[in-house]
Amino acid sequence: MIEKLIFYIFAIIMVFGATMVITVRNPVRAALFLVLTFFASAAIWMLLEAEFLAITLVLVYVGAVMVLFLFVVMMLDINTALLKEGFIRYLPVGIGVAILLVVMLVGVVGPENFSLDEMAAPERHGADYSNTRELGSVLYTVYVYPFEIAAVILLVAIIAAITLTLRKRPTTKYQNPDSQVSVKRDDRVRMVKMKSEEKK
Amino acid sequence: MEWLNSAYQSVADFSVWWFSQPAVLIMLQIVMIVTPLMLAVAYLTFAERKIIGAMQVRMGPTRVGPRGWLQPIADALKLIFKEIIIPTGANKVLFVIAPILSIGPALAAWAVIPFNAEYVLADINAGLLYVLAITSVGVYGVIIAGWASNSKYALLGAMRSAAQIVAYEIAMGFALVTVIMAAGSLNIGTIIEAQSGSPLHWFWLPLLPMFVIYFISGVAETNRAPFDVAEGESEIVAGFHVEYSGMVFAVFFLAEYANMILISVLAAVLFLGGWLSPFEGWLPEAWFEITGLGLLLGHGVHWLLIKTAIFLFFYLWLRATFPRYRYDQIMRLGWKVFIPITIVWLMVVGLMILTGFGWWFD
Repeated sequence: MIEKLIFYIFAIIMVFGATMVITVRNPVRAALFLVLTFFASAAIWMLLEAEFLAITLVLVYVGAVMVLFLFVVMMLDINTALLKEGFIRYLPVGIGVAILLVVMLVGVVGPENFSLDEMAAPERHGADYSNTRELGSVLYTVYVYPFEIAAVILLVAIIAAITLTLRKRPTTKYQNPDSQVSVKRDDRVRMVKMKSEEKK
Repeated sequence: MEWLNSAYQSVADFSVWWFSQPAVLIMLQIVMIVTPLMLAVAYLTFAERKIIGAMQVRMGPTRVGPRGWLQPIADALKLIFKEIIIPTGANKVLFVIAPILSIGPALAAWAVIPFNAEYVLADINAGLLYVLAITSVGVYGVIIAGWASNSKYALLGAMRSAAQIVAYEIAMGFALVTVIMAAGSLNIGTIIEAQSGSPLHWFWLPLLPMFVIYFISGVAETNRAPFDVAEGESEIVAGFHVEYSGMVFAVFFLAEYANMILISVLAAVLFLGGWLSPFEGWLPEAWFEITGLGLLLGHGVHWLLIKTAIFLFFYLWLRATFPRYRYDQIMRLGWKVFIPITIVWLMVVGLMILTGFGWWFD
Protein backbone atom coordinates (compact mmCIF):
# COMPACT_ATOMS: atom_id res chain seq x y z
CA MET A 1 0.00 0.00 0.00
CA ILE A 2 2.61 2.53 1.10
CA GLU A 3 4.88 1.34 -1.71
CA LYS A 4 2.15 2.08 -4.23
CA LEU A 5 1.71 5.52 -2.71
CA ILE A 6 5.45 6.22 -2.97
CA PHE A 7 5.47 4.93 -6.53
CA TYR A 8 2.62 7.19 -7.61
CA ILE A 9 4.12 10.24 -5.89
CA PHE A 10 7.45 9.80 -7.64
CA ALA A 11 5.83 8.81 -10.93
CA ILE A 12 3.79 12.02 -10.88
CA ILE A 13 6.90 14.06 -10.08
CA MET A 14 8.73 12.33 -12.89
CA VAL A 15 6.06 12.88 -15.51
CA PHE A 16 5.67 16.48 -14.37
CA GLY A 17 9.43 17.06 -14.56
CA ALA A 18 9.71 15.44 -17.97
CA THR A 19 6.85 17.56 -19.31
CA MET A 20 8.44 20.71 -17.95
CA VAL A 21 11.76 19.84 -19.60
CA ILE A 22 10.23 20.15 -23.05
CA THR A 23 7.76 22.98 -22.36
CA VAL A 24 9.67 25.44 -20.21
CA ARG A 25 11.23 28.33 -22.12
CA ASN A 26 14.45 28.85 -20.22
CA PRO A 27 17.10 26.19 -21.03
CA VAL A 28 18.65 26.36 -17.56
CA ARG A 29 15.31 25.65 -15.94
CA ALA A 30 14.73 22.84 -18.45
CA ALA A 31 18.03 21.26 -17.41
CA LEU A 32 17.09 21.59 -13.73
CA PHE A 33 13.75 19.89 -14.39
CA LEU A 34 15.69 17.08 -16.09
CA VAL A 35 17.64 16.73 -12.83
CA LEU A 36 14.34 16.44 -10.97
CA THR A 37 13.21 13.76 -13.42
CA PHE A 38 16.41 11.78 -12.84
CA PHE A 39 15.88 11.98 -9.10
CA ALA A 40 12.33 10.70 -9.34
CA SER A 41 13.37 7.80 -11.57
CA ALA A 42 16.16 6.97 -9.11
CA ALA A 43 13.53 6.78 -6.37
CA ILE A 44 11.44 4.43 -8.50
CA TRP A 45 14.45 2.20 -9.08
CA MET A 46 14.91 2.12 -5.31
CA LEU A 47 11.40 0.65 -5.07
CA LEU A 48 12.58 -2.11 -7.44
CA GLU A 49 15.42 -2.90 -4.98
CA ALA A 50 17.89 -1.78 -7.65
CA GLU A 51 19.77 0.49 -5.27
CA PHE A 52 23.02 0.31 -7.23
CA LEU A 53 21.37 1.56 -10.41
CA ALA A 54 19.44 4.22 -8.50
CA ILE A 55 22.49 5.61 -6.70
CA THR A 56 24.62 5.41 -9.85
CA LEU A 57 21.98 7.33 -11.75
CA VAL A 58 22.23 10.11 -9.20
CA LEU A 59 26.02 9.91 -9.06
CA VAL A 60 26.68 9.86 -12.81
CA TYR A 61 23.79 11.71 -14.39
CA VAL A 62 22.88 14.19 -11.67
CA GLY A 63 26.34 14.62 -10.18
CA ALA A 64 28.40 14.82 -13.35
CA VAL A 65 26.54 14.79 -16.68
CA MET A 66 23.91 17.38 -15.79
CA VAL A 67 26.51 19.60 -14.12
CA LEU A 68 28.38 19.75 -17.42
CA PHE A 69 25.07 20.29 -19.25
CA LEU A 70 24.30 23.24 -17.01
CA PHE A 71 27.86 24.45 -17.39
CA VAL A 72 27.34 24.77 -21.15
CA VAL A 73 23.74 25.93 -21.07
CA MET A 74 24.44 28.70 -18.56
CA MET A 75 27.04 30.20 -20.85
CA LEU A 76 24.75 30.27 -23.87
CA ASP A 77 22.63 33.30 -24.50
CA ILE A 78 19.77 31.59 -26.28
CA ASN A 79 17.07 33.65 -27.91
CA THR A 80 13.93 31.77 -26.91
CA ALA A 81 11.71 33.68 -29.35
CA LEU A 82 13.78 32.39 -32.23
CA LEU A 83 13.44 28.84 -30.97
CA LYS A 84 9.65 29.08 -30.90
CA GLU A 85 9.40 30.38 -34.49
CA GLY A 86 9.20 27.14 -36.43
CA PHE A 87 6.90 25.47 -33.90
CA ILE A 88 3.70 25.37 -36.00
CA ARG A 89 5.55 24.45 -39.15
CA TYR A 90 7.26 21.45 -37.59
CA LEU A 91 4.27 20.39 -35.48
CA PRO A 92 2.89 17.78 -37.98
CA VAL A 93 6.32 16.14 -38.31
CA GLY A 94 6.72 16.17 -34.54
CA ILE A 95 3.35 14.52 -33.98
CA GLY A 96 4.18 11.92 -36.63
CA VAL A 97 7.48 11.05 -34.93
CA ALA A 98 5.80 10.95 -31.52
CA ILE A 99 3.11 8.53 -32.73
CA LEU A 100 5.72 6.35 -34.40
CA LEU A 101 7.76 6.23 -31.19
CA VAL A 102 4.73 5.34 -29.07
CA VAL A 103 3.74 2.54 -31.45
CA MET A 104 7.27 1.13 -31.43
CA LEU A 105 7.53 1.36 -27.65
CA VAL A 106 4.19 -0.35 -27.11
CA GLY A 107 5.24 -3.01 -29.59
CA VAL A 108 8.35 -3.79 -27.56
CA VAL A 109 7.25 -3.25 -23.96
CA GLY A 110 3.56 -3.93 -24.54
CA PRO A 111 1.49 -6.47 -22.62
CA GLU A 112 2.31 -9.38 -24.98
CA ASN A 113 5.97 -9.24 -23.87
CA PHE A 114 5.84 -7.83 -20.37
CA SER A 115 2.45 -8.74 -18.94
CA LEU A 116 2.24 -10.58 -15.62
CA ASP A 117 1.72 -13.89 -17.47
CA GLU A 118 4.91 -13.44 -19.47
CA MET A 119 6.96 -11.99 -16.62
CA ALA A 120 6.00 -12.62 -13.02
CA ALA A 121 6.29 -9.75 -10.56
CA PRO A 122 9.76 -9.87 -8.99
CA GLU A 123 9.70 -11.31 -5.52
CA ARG A 124 10.90 -9.31 -2.52
CA HIS A 125 14.39 -10.03 -1.24
CA GLY A 126 15.58 -10.10 2.35
CA ALA A 127 17.60 -7.37 4.05
CA ASP A 128 20.90 -9.11 3.24
CA TYR A 129 20.24 -8.89 -0.50
CA SER A 130 22.84 -6.69 -2.16
CA ASN A 131 21.91 -5.43 -5.58
CA THR A 132 25.51 -4.33 -6.17
CA ARG A 133 26.89 -7.81 -5.59
CA GLU A 134 24.24 -9.45 -7.77
CA LEU A 135 24.91 -7.04 -10.64
CA GLY A 136 28.66 -7.43 -10.32
CA SER A 137 28.60 -11.20 -10.23
CA VAL A 138 26.62 -11.35 -13.46
CA LEU A 139 28.34 -8.44 -15.20
CA TYR A 140 31.87 -9.77 -14.71
CA THR A 141 31.13 -13.42 -15.51
CA VAL A 142 28.26 -14.02 -17.93
CA TYR A 143 28.35 -10.63 -19.67
CA VAL A 144 32.04 -9.87 -19.35
CA TYR A 145 32.71 -9.58 -23.10
CA PRO A 146 29.75 -7.33 -23.95
CA PHE A 147 30.67 -5.25 -20.90
CA GLU A 148 34.30 -4.84 -21.93
CA ILE A 149 33.37 -4.15 -25.54
CA ALA A 150 30.94 -1.44 -24.44
CA ALA A 151 33.71 0.08 -22.31
CA VAL A 152 36.12 0.13 -25.26
CA ILE A 153 33.49 1.68 -27.54
CA LEU A 154 32.90 4.43 -24.98
CA LEU A 155 36.63 5.03 -24.71
CA VAL A 156 36.91 5.30 -28.49
CA ALA A 157 34.02 7.77 -28.48
CA ILE A 158 35.71 9.90 -25.81
CA ILE A 159 39.02 9.98 -27.66
CA ALA A 160 37.26 10.72 -30.96
CA ALA A 161 35.31 13.58 -29.41
CA ILE A 162 38.43 15.08 -27.90
CA THR A 163 40.52 14.80 -31.07
CA LEU A 164 37.71 16.28 -33.18
CA THR A 165 37.43 19.36 -30.97
CA LEU A 166 41.09 19.78 -30.06
CA ARG A 167 42.52 22.12 -32.66
CA LYS A 168 46.03 23.40 -32.39
CA ARG A 169 46.06 27.00 -33.48
CA PRO A 170 49.28 28.93 -33.72
CA THR A 171 47.75 31.73 -31.66
CA THR A 172 46.86 29.50 -28.72
CA LYS A 173 49.11 30.10 -25.76
CA TYR A 174 50.23 27.30 -23.50
CA GLN A 175 52.11 27.27 -20.27
CA ASN A 176 54.72 24.68 -19.58
CA PRO A 177 54.47 23.91 -15.87
CA ASP A 178 57.71 21.90 -15.98
CA SER A 179 59.80 24.83 -17.06
CA GLN A 180 57.83 27.11 -14.74
CA VAL A 181 58.60 24.97 -11.74
CA SER A 182 62.23 24.35 -12.63
CA VAL A 183 63.06 28.03 -12.81
CA LYS A 184 66.01 29.04 -10.66
CA ARG A 185 66.74 32.42 -9.21
CA ASP A 186 69.78 32.83 -11.46
CA ASP A 187 67.58 32.55 -14.59
CA ARG A 188 65.46 35.48 -13.60
CA VAL A 189 67.44 37.78 -11.36
CA ARG A 190 70.85 39.30 -12.02
CA MET A 191 72.65 40.64 -9.01
CA VAL A 192 74.52 43.77 -9.79
CA LYS A 193 77.23 45.12 -7.54
CA MET A 194 77.84 48.81 -7.83
CA LYS A 195 79.08 51.61 -5.78
CA SER A 196 76.59 53.87 -4.12
CA GLU A 197 76.32 57.29 -5.64
CA GLU A 198 78.27 59.98 -3.98
CA LYS A 199 76.83 63.30 -3.06
CA LYS A 200 78.24 66.08 -5.10
CA MET B 1 -5.27 8.54 44.04
CA GLU B 2 -6.50 5.73 41.85
CA TRP B 3 -7.42 8.00 38.95
CA LEU B 4 -4.13 9.90 39.19
CA ASN B 5 -2.26 6.64 38.93
CA SER B 6 -4.22 5.47 35.91
CA ALA B 7 -3.88 8.87 34.26
CA TYR B 8 -0.13 8.73 34.82
CA GLN B 9 -0.11 5.19 33.46
CA SER B 10 -1.94 6.17 30.29
CA VAL B 11 0.36 9.14 29.70
CA ALA B 12 3.36 6.88 30.19
CA ASP B 13 1.86 4.27 27.87
CA PHE B 14 1.20 6.93 25.28
CA SER B 15 4.72 8.29 25.39
CA VAL B 16 6.15 4.77 25.23
CA TRP B 17 4.00 4.07 22.19
CA TRP B 18 4.95 7.40 20.67
CA PHE B 19 8.69 6.85 21.09
CA SER B 20 8.52 3.35 19.70
CA GLN B 21 7.27 4.60 16.35
CA PRO B 22 10.06 4.17 13.78
CA ALA B 23 9.46 7.59 12.24
CA VAL B 24 9.67 9.34 15.63
CA LEU B 25 12.77 7.35 16.56
CA ILE B 26 14.48 8.29 13.31
CA MET B 27 13.55 11.93 13.81
CA LEU B 28 15.10 11.81 17.29
CA GLN B 29 18.26 10.22 15.92
CA ILE B 30 18.48 12.87 13.22
CA VAL B 31 18.22 15.58 15.87
CA MET B 32 20.92 13.80 17.87
CA ILE B 33 23.26 13.94 14.86
CA VAL B 34 22.41 17.37 13.46
CA THR B 35 22.46 19.35 16.72
CA PRO B 36 26.06 18.48 17.66
CA LEU B 37 27.00 18.94 14.01
CA MET B 38 25.65 22.49 13.94
CA LEU B 39 27.41 23.24 17.22
CA ALA B 40 30.60 21.79 15.76
CA VAL B 41 30.21 24.04 12.71
CA ALA B 42 29.81 27.09 14.94
CA TYR B 43 32.91 26.29 16.95
CA LEU B 44 34.86 25.25 13.86
CA THR B 45 34.59 28.86 12.68
CA PHE B 46 35.86 29.95 16.10
CA ALA B 47 38.69 27.40 15.97
CA GLU B 48 39.55 28.60 12.49
CA ARG B 49 39.90 32.19 13.60
CA LYS B 50 41.84 31.28 16.73
CA ILE B 51 44.21 28.81 15.04
CA ILE B 52 44.91 30.96 12.00
CA GLY B 53 45.33 33.86 14.41
CA ALA B 54 47.92 31.90 16.37
CA MET B 55 49.72 30.92 13.15
CA GLN B 56 49.90 34.56 12.15
CA VAL B 57 50.89 35.69 15.67
CA ARG B 58 47.55 37.36 16.38
CA MET B 59 45.03 36.81 19.16
CA GLY B 60 41.94 35.99 17.12
CA PRO B 61 38.54 36.97 18.56
CA THR B 62 38.80 37.83 22.28
CA ARG B 63 35.99 40.28 23.02
CA VAL B 64 32.72 38.31 23.17
CA GLY B 65 32.50 36.19 26.29
CA PRO B 66 35.46 34.75 28.20
CA ARG B 67 38.44 34.65 25.79
CA GLY B 68 36.04 35.11 22.88
CA TRP B 69 34.21 31.83 23.38
CA LEU B 70 30.78 33.33 22.62
CA GLN B 71 31.95 34.79 19.30
CA PRO B 72 30.20 32.19 17.08
CA ILE B 73 26.91 32.79 18.93
CA ALA B 74 27.27 36.53 18.34
CA ASP B 75 28.04 35.92 14.66
CA ALA B 76 24.99 33.68 14.27
CA LEU B 77 22.71 36.26 15.94
CA LYS B 78 24.08 39.00 13.70
CA LEU B 79 23.42 36.95 10.56
CA ILE B 80 19.90 36.02 11.69
CA PHE B 81 18.88 39.66 12.18
CA LYS B 82 20.35 40.91 8.93
CA GLU B 83 18.06 41.67 6.02
CA ILE B 84 17.84 39.15 3.20
CA ILE B 85 18.18 41.04 -0.06
CA ILE B 86 16.99 39.42 -3.26
CA PRO B 87 18.39 41.26 -6.30
CA THR B 88 15.79 42.62 -8.75
CA GLY B 89 17.07 40.67 -11.73
CA ALA B 90 17.41 37.44 -9.79
CA ASN B 91 15.34 34.32 -10.34
CA LYS B 92 13.58 34.44 -6.96
CA VAL B 93 12.61 30.78 -6.62
CA LEU B 94 16.02 29.39 -7.56
CA PHE B 95 17.76 32.10 -5.53
CA VAL B 96 16.08 30.82 -2.38
CA ILE B 97 16.32 27.12 -3.29
CA ALA B 98 20.10 27.27 -3.90
CA PRO B 99 21.25 27.46 -0.26
CA ILE B 100 18.80 24.70 0.66
CA LEU B 101 20.25 22.49 -2.09
CA SER B 102 23.66 23.30 -0.71
CA ILE B 103 23.04 22.33 2.90
CA GLY B 104 20.66 19.41 2.25
CA PRO B 105 23.29 17.01 0.86
CA ALA B 106 25.85 18.19 3.44
CA LEU B 107 23.51 16.96 6.19
CA ALA B 108 21.96 13.97 4.39
CA ALA B 109 25.32 12.27 3.91
CA TRP B 110 25.64 11.93 7.70
CA ALA B 111 22.89 9.28 7.70
CA VAL B 112 25.34 6.46 6.91
CA ILE B 113 28.31 7.53 9.07
CA PRO B 114 28.85 5.02 11.89
CA PHE B 115 29.84 6.63 15.20
CA ASN B 116 30.75 3.33 16.85
CA ALA B 117 29.98 -0.33 16.36
CA GLU B 118 26.24 0.17 17.01
CA TYR B 119 25.40 3.80 16.44
CA VAL B 120 24.56 4.45 12.82
CA LEU B 121 21.34 5.99 11.56
CA ALA B 122 21.02 3.97 8.36
CA ASP B 123 23.17 0.85 8.11
CA ILE B 124 22.74 0.32 4.36
CA ASN B 125 24.61 -1.97 1.99
CA ALA B 126 25.63 0.68 -0.49
CA GLY B 127 26.69 3.21 2.15
CA LEU B 128 29.81 4.56 0.47
CA LEU B 129 28.07 4.79 -2.89
CA TYR B 130 25.31 6.77 -1.21
CA VAL B 131 27.83 9.20 0.29
CA LEU B 132 29.49 9.67 -3.09
CA ALA B 133 26.17 10.30 -4.82
CA ILE B 134 24.82 12.66 -2.17
CA THR B 135 27.98 14.77 -1.96
CA SER B 136 28.06 15.08 -5.75
CA VAL B 137 24.61 16.70 -5.60
CA GLY B 138 25.92 19.52 -3.39
CA VAL B 139 27.43 21.31 -6.38
CA TYR B 140 23.93 22.26 -7.55
CA GLY B 141 23.63 24.70 -4.67
CA VAL B 142 26.68 26.54 -5.96
CA ILE B 143 25.71 26.42 -9.64
CA ILE B 144 22.12 27.50 -9.09
CA ALA B 145 23.18 30.26 -6.70
CA GLY B 146 25.60 31.58 -9.29
CA TRP B 147 23.10 31.53 -12.09
CA ALA B 148 20.04 32.73 -10.17
CA SER B 149 21.88 35.77 -8.75
CA ASN B 150 22.03 37.30 -12.23
CA SER B 151 25.48 38.67 -11.51
CA LYS B 152 28.67 38.26 -13.50
CA TYR B 153 30.87 37.54 -10.51
CA ALA B 154 28.45 34.97 -9.18
CA LEU B 155 28.19 33.23 -12.55
CA LEU B 156 31.96 33.11 -12.90
CA GLY B 157 32.25 31.62 -9.42
CA ALA B 158 29.63 29.00 -10.26
CA MET B 159 31.44 28.08 -13.48
CA ARG B 160 34.75 27.68 -11.71
CA SER B 161 33.19 25.63 -8.96
CA ALA B 162 31.34 23.32 -11.37
CA ALA B 163 34.46 22.56 -13.41
CA GLN B 164 36.56 22.07 -10.31
CA ILE B 165 34.14 19.79 -8.51
CA VAL B 166 33.58 17.58 -11.56
CA ALA B 167 37.36 17.28 -12.03
CA TYR B 168 38.14 16.31 -8.46
CA GLU B 169 35.13 14.06 -8.01
CA ILE B 170 36.68 11.57 -10.42
CA ALA B 171 39.95 11.34 -8.49
CA MET B 172 37.99 11.14 -5.26
CA GLY B 173 35.73 8.41 -6.66
CA PHE B 174 38.72 6.34 -7.75
CA ALA B 175 40.34 6.78 -4.33
CA LEU B 176 37.14 5.48 -2.75
CA VAL B 177 37.06 2.56 -5.19
CA THR B 178 40.43 1.39 -3.86
CA VAL B 179 39.00 1.51 -0.34
CA ILE B 180 36.02 -0.54 -1.50
CA MET B 181 38.37 -3.06 -3.13
CA ALA B 182 40.53 -3.34 -0.02
CA ALA B 183 37.54 -3.77 2.30
CA GLY B 184 35.46 -5.85 -0.10
CA SER B 185 32.31 -4.00 0.86
CA LEU B 186 30.37 -0.81 0.28
CA ASN B 187 29.00 -0.78 3.81
CA ILE B 188 30.91 1.76 5.90
CA GLY B 189 30.63 -0.29 9.10
CA THR B 190 32.18 -3.28 7.32
CA ILE B 191 34.93 -1.05 5.89
CA ILE B 192 35.87 0.01 9.42
CA GLU B 193 35.82 -3.55 10.72
CA ALA B 194 38.05 -4.62 7.83
CA GLN B 195 40.70 -2.29 9.24
CA SER B 196 40.72 -3.69 12.78
CA GLY B 197 43.95 -5.07 14.20
CA SER B 198 46.29 -2.19 14.82
CA PRO B 199 47.02 1.25 13.34
CA LEU B 200 49.18 -0.57 10.80
CA HIS B 201 46.07 -2.45 9.63
CA TRP B 202 44.27 0.77 8.83
CA PHE B 203 43.99 1.52 5.13
CA TRP B 204 46.18 4.60 5.22
CA LEU B 205 49.28 2.44 4.81
CA PRO B 206 48.47 0.21 1.81
CA LEU B 207 46.50 3.03 0.17
CA LEU B 208 48.85 5.87 1.13
CA PRO B 209 48.78 7.73 -2.22
CA MET B 210 44.98 7.37 -2.30
CA PHE B 211 44.75 8.70 1.25
CA VAL B 212 46.66 11.85 0.29
CA ILE B 213 44.73 12.28 -2.94
CA TYR B 214 41.42 11.74 -1.18
CA PHE B 215 42.10 14.47 1.34
CA ILE B 216 43.43 16.97 -1.23
CA SER B 217 40.43 16.25 -3.47
CA GLY B 218 38.24 16.72 -0.44
CA VAL B 219 39.73 20.16 0.13
CA ALA B 220 39.11 20.96 -3.54
CA GLU B 221 35.54 19.60 -3.39
CA THR B 222 34.67 21.81 -0.44
CA ASN B 223 36.09 24.87 -2.21
CA ARG B 224 38.49 25.60 0.62
CA ALA B 225 41.87 27.30 0.43
CA PRO B 226 44.12 26.77 -1.51
CA PHE B 227 41.43 25.66 -3.98
CA ASP B 228 38.92 28.41 -3.18
CA VAL B 229 38.80 29.98 -6.64
CA ALA B 230 35.00 29.68 -6.57
CA GLU B 231 35.04 32.46 -3.98
CA GLY B 232 38.34 34.10 -4.89
CA GLU B 233 37.91 37.36 -2.95
CA SER B 234 40.76 39.02 -4.79
CA GLU B 235 39.40 38.23 -8.26
CA ILE B 236 35.64 37.78 -8.24
CA VAL B 237 34.66 39.37 -4.91
CA ALA B 238 33.01 36.36 -3.25
CA GLY B 239 32.14 34.19 -6.23
CA PHE B 240 28.82 32.37 -6.22
CA HIS B 241 27.48 33.99 -3.03
CA VAL B 242 28.20 37.68 -3.69
CA GLU B 243 24.51 38.51 -3.81
CA TYR B 244 23.56 36.61 -0.68
CA SER B 245 23.14 38.29 2.67
CA GLY B 246 21.89 37.49 6.15
CA MET B 247 20.51 34.05 6.84
CA VAL B 248 20.68 32.72 3.27
CA PHE B 249 24.39 33.52 3.27
CA ALA B 250 24.69 31.83 6.65
CA VAL B 251 23.19 28.66 5.19
CA PHE B 252 25.93 28.56 2.52
CA PHE B 253 28.44 29.10 5.27
CA LEU B 254 26.96 26.26 7.34
CA ALA B 255 27.00 23.98 4.31
CA GLU B 256 30.66 24.71 3.60
CA TYR B 257 31.73 23.91 7.15
CA ALA B 258 29.42 20.89 7.43
CA ASN B 259 31.02 19.59 4.24
CA MET B 260 34.48 20.13 5.70
CA ILE B 261 33.54 18.10 8.76
CA LEU B 262 31.99 15.43 6.54
CA ILE B 263 35.14 15.07 4.41
CA SER B 264 37.23 14.88 7.60
CA VAL B 265 34.98 12.22 9.12
CA LEU B 266 35.06 10.21 5.90
CA ALA B 267 38.85 10.42 5.73
CA ALA B 268 38.99 9.22 9.35
CA VAL B 269 36.49 6.43 8.70
CA LEU B 270 37.92 5.15 5.43
CA PHE B 271 41.65 5.48 6.03
CA LEU B 272 42.21 5.82 9.78
CA GLY B 273 39.84 3.17 11.07
CA GLY B 274 37.01 5.42 12.27
CA TRP B 275 36.13 4.54 15.86
CA LEU B 276 38.87 1.91 16.16
CA SER B 277 41.32 2.56 18.97
CA PRO B 278 44.93 3.26 17.91
CA PHE B 279 46.10 1.22 20.91
CA GLU B 280 44.52 -1.96 19.61
CA GLY B 281 47.21 -4.56 18.97
CA TRP B 282 49.91 -2.65 20.87
CA LEU B 283 48.74 -2.70 24.46
CA PRO B 284 48.05 -5.98 26.31
CA GLU B 285 44.39 -7.06 26.23
CA ALA B 286 44.09 -6.71 30.02
CA TRP B 287 44.51 -2.93 29.79
CA PHE B 288 41.20 -2.58 27.97
CA GLU B 289 39.45 -4.37 30.88
CA ILE B 290 40.41 -1.69 33.43
CA THR B 291 37.31 0.26 34.42
CA GLY B 292 37.36 3.83 33.19
CA LEU B 293 40.78 3.78 31.60
CA GLY B 294 39.89 0.75 29.49
CA LEU B 295 36.88 2.57 28.11
CA LEU B 296 39.10 5.48 27.18
CA LEU B 297 41.74 3.28 25.56
CA GLY B 298 39.27 0.97 23.81
CA HIS B 299 37.20 1.54 20.68
CA GLY B 300 34.76 4.38 20.84
CA VAL B 301 33.34 7.49 19.31
CA HIS B 302 36.01 9.64 20.98
CA TRP B 303 38.68 8.22 18.64
CA LEU B 304 36.54 9.13 15.65
CA LEU B 305 36.22 12.68 16.99
CA ILE B 306 39.97 13.01 17.60
CA LYS B 307 40.82 11.73 14.11
CA THR B 308 38.25 14.08 12.59
CA ALA B 309 39.70 16.99 14.54
CA ILE B 310 43.16 16.23 13.14
CA PHE B 311 41.86 16.50 9.58
CA LEU B 312 39.97 19.68 10.41
CA PHE B 313 43.21 21.11 11.78
CA PHE B 314 44.86 20.22 8.46
CA TYR B 315 42.14 22.18 6.66
CA LEU B 316 42.92 25.28 8.72
CA TRP B 317 46.65 24.73 8.49
CA LEU B 318 46.44 24.53 4.70
CA ARG B 319 44.44 27.73 4.62
CA ALA B 320 46.98 29.59 6.74
CA THR B 321 49.95 28.25 4.80
CA PHE B 322 49.31 28.10 1.07
CA PRO B 323 48.55 30.84 -1.44
CA ARG B 324 45.59 30.26 -3.75
CA TYR B 325 46.19 28.01 -6.73
CA ARG B 326 46.00 29.50 -10.17
CA TYR B 327 42.88 28.18 -11.93
CA ASP B 328 44.62 26.34 -14.77
CA GLN B 329 46.96 24.71 -12.27
CA ILE B 330 43.99 23.39 -10.31
CA MET B 331 42.65 21.78 -13.46
CA ARG B 332 46.07 20.41 -14.34
CA LEU B 333 46.52 18.90 -10.87
CA GLY B 334 43.09 17.28 -11.00
CA TRP B 335 43.08 15.86 -14.50
CA LYS B 336 46.73 15.29 -15.32
CA VAL B 337 48.22 14.32 -11.96
CA PHE B 338 45.59 12.87 -9.64
CA ILE B 339 43.51 10.83 -12.08
CA PRO B 340 46.52 8.99 -13.61
CA ILE B 341 47.93 8.26 -10.14
CA THR B 342 44.60 6.88 -8.94
CA ILE B 343 44.22 4.67 -12.02
CA VAL B 344 47.74 3.27 -11.53
CA TRP B 345 47.10 2.63 -7.83
CA LEU B 346 43.84 0.91 -8.73
CA MET B 347 45.93 -1.64 -10.62
CA VAL B 348 48.41 -1.87 -7.73
CA VAL B 349 45.60 -2.59 -5.26
CA GLY B 350 44.25 -5.21 -7.66
CA LEU B 351 47.67 -6.88 -7.69
CA MET B 352 47.91 -6.65 -3.89
CA ILE B 353 44.57 -8.42 -3.55
CA LEU B 354 45.58 -11.04 -6.11
CA THR B 355 48.83 -11.85 -4.33
CA GLY B 356 47.42 -11.52 -0.80
CA PHE B 357 49.96 -8.83 -0.05
CA GLY B 358 50.93 -8.23 3.59
CA TRP B 359 48.43 -8.52 6.42
CA TRP B 360 45.85 -6.30 4.74
CA PHE B 361 44.83 -8.62 1.95
CA ASP B 362 45.43 -12.11 3.35
